[in-house]
Amino acid sequence: MADIGMNADMSAHADSSEGSVGDFIQLMKPRVMSLVILTALTGMIAAPGNIHPVMGVIAILAIAMGAGASGALNMWYDADIDAKMARTAARPIPRGKVTAEEALQFGSVLSVFSVLTLGVLVNWVAGALLALTIGFYLFVYTMWLKRRTPQNIVIGGAAGAFPPMIGWAAVTGSVTIESVVLFLIIFMWTPPHFWALALYRCRDYERVGVPMLPVVAGPAETRRQIVLYSWALVPLATLPAFMGFAGNLYLATSVVSGAVFLYFADKVRRVTEGREGDHAAKQLFLYSILYLFLLFVVLLGEHTWQRVMG
Amino acid sequence: MNDDKDKSDQDKAKGASHRRSIAIALLLGLMVLLFYAATIVRLGGNVMNKGL
Repeated sequence: MADIGMNADMSAHADSSEGSVGDFIQLMKPRVMSLVILTALTGMIAAPGNIHPVMGVIAILAIAMGAGASGALNMWYDADIDAKMARTAARPIPRGKVTAEEALQFGSVLSVFSVLTLGVLVNWVAGALLALTIGFYLFVYTMWLKRRTPQNIVIGGAAGAFPPMIGWAAVTGSVTIESVVLFLIIFMWTPPHFWALALYRCRDYERVGVPMLPVVAGPAETRRQIVLYSWALVPLATLPAFMGFAGNLYLATSVVSGAVFLYFADKVRRVTEGREGDHAAKQLFLYSILYLFLLFVVLLGEHTWQRVMG
Repeated sequence: MNDDKDKSDQDKAKGASHRRSIAIALLLGLMVLLFYAATIVRLGGNVMNKGL
């Protein structure tokens, strides 16, 4: 009898991994989560109306949890290709710290929890948008588009663009044109951002059979598309100022940082060979993160200032 | 030798599982507090308005 009990205990532990709490946090893609928190918070503060601070904190936590859930589910599904790519080989599943099944369970529980929390405690428009975001990222981007089409991140990028809209909906309970503009800024930013990365990680993607644009259409076409999307993005990013929900500081920031964005995009087009070519793509990739961060921090700052000054 | 390694792996897994359980318990506690706070915020002053 004692033996049976012991075997049951041992088999229970054989199924669980050595994954630490830190490994599970890594599953949630904390760097992506931080950008999601910033953009959702900006949407929330920029939205007309008020939300009780406690409800605001709950909304941000739920949105962050939903983003983390998407990350975990993405790592579960992509564990096979993550193991073969230099950029992702150190993730918890390829390292053997967390099992794929644990990641699936973790992501699923977090998804349900985050949507229910946002829906029940804040409002169901925000909750439904969060559910749509998680579903879009997992089913449309990760499962359907990523391994099938070079348009994967163009369409799939919508998932990353939803957070400011969710933050806005948490306050207003609706989707308005202003929140759609915030969505569009991130949507148009995603292709040049990821294609810059794909340019210098091209071999990685090729090896695992992910049809990123440089793999399928070649680096020259990718560079052309980066420039086109950048020219669409920069004027679009000034729209909040012209639509009246951003001020002069935002306008100046979006124009100046947009000009720098176009400079780096053009450099990617001009400098194509060898290490310099990779360096130019890397510069655009890193700068694009700073660019989006700046836009949303300034918009957040302006609205926070307005609220504080009354 | 292999038995020692298996035992060490099991100990590691058990330790990690224990730490994860503590983290889950803390998160659940935090969630209870959040739901409590949200309930109070939603009810507002009405929480005191009950008939005798």
